[in-house]
Amino acid sequence: MTATIIQTNQEPLTEVEVDGVTVDIIENALRNAREEMDTVLFRTAMSPGIREQGDCFPMIANREGKMVVGQFGSFIAPFLRAYDEEIEEGDLILTNDPYLCNAAVSHLPDWVVLVPIFKDGRHIAWSAMFGHMSDNGGMVPGSIPIEATTIYQEGIRIPPTKLYKKGVLQSDLLELILHNVRTPQWNRFDLNALVAACNTAAKRCVELAERFGDDVLVSTMEVMLKRNYDAMKHIIELFIPEEPREFEDYLCDDGMGNGPYRIKCRLWREGSTAIFDFDGTDPQAQSSVNFYLNEDMFKMFFGSFTINVVDPQIVFNDGFYDLVDVRIPEGTLLKPKFPAALSGRTHALGRIFDLLGALLGMGAPEQMLNAAGFSDSPHLFYSGYDHRSGKGGEWFQLFQIGFGGVPGRPVGDGPDGHSLWPGFTNVPNEFIESYFPLRIERYETICDSGGAGLHRGGNGLSVAYRFLADGEIGIHDERWLTHPWGVLGGETGRRSTKKLVRTDGSEQWLPAKVEGIKVRVGDLLYYNTWGGGGWGDPFARDPELVRQDVRRRLVSTEGAKRYGVVLDGDGKVDTAATESLRKKLRHERGEDIPLFNLGGSIDEIKSRCEEETFLPPPVTPRFPTQQAA
Amino acid sequence: MSYRLGVDVGGTFTDFLLLNEDSGETYTAKVPSTPEDSSIGVLNGIARICEESGVAPNKIELVMHGTTVATNAVLTGRGARVGLVTTAGFEDTLQVARSFCPGGLGGWVSFIKSPLLAPLELTIGAHERMSADGEVVQPLDEEALRNDLKTLAATREVEALTICLINAYINPEHERQVAAIAAEIFGDTPISVSSDVVPEMQEYERTETTVVNSYVSPEVSSYISNLQTALRERLGERSQLSILRSDGGLASARAASAQPVNMLMSGPAGGVAGAIYFCERAGFRNILSFDMGGTSTDVALIQDARARVRRETIVGDVRVRAPSVDVRTVGAGGGSIAFVPELTKALRVGPESAGAVPGPACYMKGGEAPTVCDANVVLGYLPSDVQLGGKMEINHEASVKAVQSIADAIGIELMEAAEGIIKIVNESMFGALRLVSVEQGYDPRDFALVGFGGAGPLHANALGILTNAWPVIVPKGPGVLCAYGDATTQVQDEAARTYLTMAEELSDSQMLTDLHELRDRAAKSLLADGIDQEQQEVSYQADLRYVGQAFQITVDFTEHELRDRGVALLTEAFDAEHEQLFTFKLGDGHEILMIRAVVKAATRSMAEAGIETSNTTVDECKIQDSRFYYEAAWHDAPVYNRDQLQCGHTLEGPAIVLEMDSTTVVLPGFSAVVDRMGNLLINPVNPEE
Repeated sequence: MTATIIQTNQEPLTEVEVDGVTVDIIENALRNAREEMDTVLFRTAMSPGIREQGDCFPMIANREGKMVVGQFGSFIAPFLRAYDEEIEEGDLILTNDPYLCNAAVSHLPDWVVLVPIFKDGRHIAWSAMFGHMSDNGGMVPGSIPIEATTIYQEGIRIPPTKLYKKGVLQSDLLELILHNVRTPQWNRFDLNALVAACNTAAKRCVELAERFGDDVLVSTMEVMLKRNYDAMKHIIELFIPEEPREFEDYLCDDGMGNGPYRIKCRLWREGSTAIFDFDGTDPQAQSSVNFYLNEDMFKMFFGSFTINVVDPQIVFNDGFYDLVDVRIPEGTLLKPKFPAALSGRTHALGRIFDLLGALLGMGAPEQMLNAAGFSDSPHLFYSGYDHRSGKGGEWFQLFQIGFGGVPGRPVGDGPDGHSLWPGFTNVPNEFIESYFPLRIERYETICDSGGAGLHRGGNGLSVAYRFLADGEIGIHDERWLTHPWGVLGGETGRRSTKKLVRTDGSEQWLPAKVEGIKVRVGDLLYYNTWGGGGWGDPFARDPELVRQDVRRRLVSTEGAKRYGVVLDGDGKVDTAATESLRKKLRHERGEDIPLFNLGGSIDEIKSRCEEETFLPPPVTPRFPTQQAA
Repeated sequence: MSYRLGVDVGGTFTDFLLLNEDSGETYTAKVPSTPEDSSIGVLNGIARICEESGVAPNKIELVMHGTTVATNAVLTGRGARVGLVTTAGFEDTLQVARSFCPGGLGGWVSFIKSPLLAPLELTIGAHERMSADGEVVQPLDEEALRNDLKTLAATREVEALTICLINAYINPEHERQVAAIAAEIFGDTPISVSSDVVPEMQEYERTETTVVNSYVSPEVSSYISNLQTALRERLGERSQLSILRSDGGLASARAASAQPVNMLMSGPAGGVAGAIYFCERAGFRNILSFDMGGTSTDVALIQDARARVRRETIVGDVRVRAPSVDVRTVGAGGGSIAFVPELTKALRVGPESAGAVPGPACYMKGGEAPTVCDANVVLGYLPSDVQLGGKMEINHEASVKAVQSIADAIGIELMEAAEGIIKIVNESMFGALRLVSVEQGYDPRDFALVGFGGAGPLHANALGILTNAWPVIVPKGPGVLCAYGDATTQVQDEAARTYLTMAEELSDSQMLTDLHELRDRAAKSLLADGIDQEQQEVSYQADLRYVGQAFQITVDFTEHELRDRGVALLTEAFDAEHEQLFTFKLGDGHEILMIRAVVKAATRSMAEAGIETSNTTVDECKIQDSRFYYEAAWHDAPVYNRDQLQCGHTLEGPAIVLEMDSTTVVLPGFSAVVDRMGNLLINPVNPEE
């Protein structure tokens, strides 16, 4: 099975010698084209998720489907192998099914559009883009049902399908798809925007071919891939040891009372090849927290975290994929078997980044190891009918992504309440208030939530939502049980919590993953995200910086003591008391500072769970058979 | 007889244009800038130009000035310590900003956040709340506020105060109450209120914009008031100082001091205004402009002799919601440094710049890194052996040494490396020009290209080849250009409000009522400056989008047009532009986001300037013979003195034209004609090729 590309012009493209400056110019032009895709999408998309938060990713690929510019790496080659159809000029393929595109997109709400680029009857490149749709039908508004046990419950599944055939929109098909989602108008616009973005990229590629020649453009793409290959070969040989190293981290729970789930990875090098082996990762979950991880996408994660070291201006691409071998056992949380539910994959995706950061950084922690900060991307869903006067009882559906603390890093403190995801931004509160029945009563960083360290972890955010209409909420969050870890003596960051205060004054701590919670007019939800882990010895931090953090309400006077800093009644550093407290704390800590501070073993964390988080500890998951062995 | 004076303060020179409003007669002068206090240079120049022209100082009524004093306060971090009052619970609005970490996947690893312009320790929360539709949810707790403000004042750190409360864009009542109490406690400290400065939705952007207003306020106010005092001493009490706003309008000195955030792009706006002046008179109303300086290049698209105005201004890391001429900046200038990363062996140029210090290698001020300027020297575009009075000396050897390091790193010849550097820097300017043209749905071939700034004329011909925008226009003297821009604009102010109304539900009469209210607000500052209603021209704008979109399009219209066609005027114009940009449109769901009134002083007619028709030959303007390197070959190129060129002269490329503060290159296969404005118009000799 493989796709056949129909060309009306059979004259072959020839590989030609391209001078370096021309390569640099085309490289720049392709980078601009990719940025233009984003611009077109943001301007024309309509759902807050895409247009305000930027939950979408573009790509331009060469004829073989290797990503030449983009973000998350290419899925096109494996996709083409699995797509047993003819592809012609003017065709545009749409899909959202991870199982049918080798996990190019990892859950159904991400819709991906793929456009073959032709010039004079010859196929010269591809453009593709995916975006997170506000709704995909299925069990719950927002289409990320925690309790789904199969993908059939997660909404409409679109196999690779020609949305346009030879330039003609298949409108029956489009209407059928949109008929199955709760936000058809948003999706229609967002899809339109994805198509417009891909077509823009196609136009730019054709213009480049006209300017430099088809052969030069196509050959330059090869050179760009080779540049990445060369750079990554050097990086791998320099940074990846032959001696294996390993790290494991956890997904706190599956939203059904089971957890934590272990994700484990070993890394070593054989010759110029880096090998990532996920053997030892727990089997797949029965709920939707599985993350079907595309191996190529993981290679991209690895590359983008390291390549900046040698050429920050390089246009990053797929060229080095042959140098990385990713091994993921089938039937695990990271490669679940069909028809496992996948929609809640964001948690494990975030955890993969913490894991990767640890593996790559542990060899040279002073220069390269960051503390933990990827909780995940916390979601809030709020939906219902708006019965306030003038609103006419209209349906509303909010999907909002939150942010926590960026961890302490070798370069310095982690920013407070910032995004670790590329391109994401928050939605202005005044915007939310004018379009949804909500009042945001507080939007502030959580004092003391960042892990103490020589470089402080960023504080998490506390957002207080006052509901102005009856409705239902859903919450997806992580790092409520396990801690955002600190490194090199840095403390853990504070974990995430959610508290619902009813109008009668009663309070309820909500689980990190929950859906179908009924809320009434006047109820108040505190959505508190995690703080970043601390980096380095907190007792070595300049006491003046700690005093400044206290003055800025980022650290409390009491919290300053975690740094061994004592402030007097006027808020000034009490030097003598600070010295003696630091001496005492250093002595208590001892000489042996572990590289990672995980906040205790899983058993210890569980035993303190109820007391610290006001929630019962999850039950250790039981797997029917050890499929992962 | 009355005169007006345009003044442009540049990094090296301050330029003056004195204009007789009745006869159109002009005089120019150029004096060295005085960066420590630029008003000294301004006064020196006024003395010089009055002496040279014989015009008595008291004949100068209007002094018009583009200034970078606000920009520099931001770029150098030398603004005021700003105190901030927010709604309680939102004190961290600036700290969290939009939660954005730049740099793609993994960008957070190296992201360093710049210090806040209003530090958290000087930020307090007011206990109050306004709802999204402007109803009071919680009245202001004045008692608590008074106490907190007193504590804040007691730090003695606050040099300027900002007030920005949630939803104040829809109801400013609480902000006004806070401002009144703050004025009691803070006395003379300047106070900026968000609903005055930028009454627009989005709390972070509104807070940041108002804080920047506070941040630059003391510096701008003292600069303007010192300058005005000095001008009154020299020119008499009648003289009036006006400052060019970022959006290309003029503001009186008083209005500029009140809202200095609107002056951040005053400098570039002067350049664009000057480019429009010269090109329009040369017969070109649709132009792409690029202003290439030492560290960056500003590009803009001008349609029908009007620059597009954008509702956002970016200076360094600072991004504010203030209208400015839609100028896009790329980090490519004469001082941009070329380098070769060891592993990829790619040739990179910028965004690092050698700046004025240590500067390009050729100027021998300590710089050794290879810059774009050095590549121009190596290639012969910047002749090192010809001198005009006042120009900096160029050391050819130093440039060769610097560029050779690039050649060696890649393993190519010196000249090939130098051409590579120029091609790459041209390409990044081309990228910016595409951004304002192709990517906005405009075809550059429908435009002329105007190049100015210290380095623009060196690259203008090459960019003409890339964009296919002909002719390439090189006006005389970059400083003079800006001074012309300053001298030929009008006083203007505007008032705006967030509207958030569906066009389909809005009656024409309601809209007119709301617009008139804004008109009266905008007209206030003109009235205060003695421009009465008969001398005012009013136009309106509305920002529209399809409900739910983040994107918006500004539609310009007049009262007459609205009365004629009603609200449909707006929706139809929006649909048309949306379709041009994105290839599709919807028929309904138009939301009017903002409405705005712009009030301008009516244009005063002014006679025009020009240069003499040729009575000399081109050869008489030649200084000497030289040569330059282009497309892998040397070409003999005569060097001409621009000051001697006259209307009607034609220069065949290859040629080099020198003037005091810039150098123009005419490439082989192109020729340049001097027009009556003194512009060089460069065209291909065989256009069909």
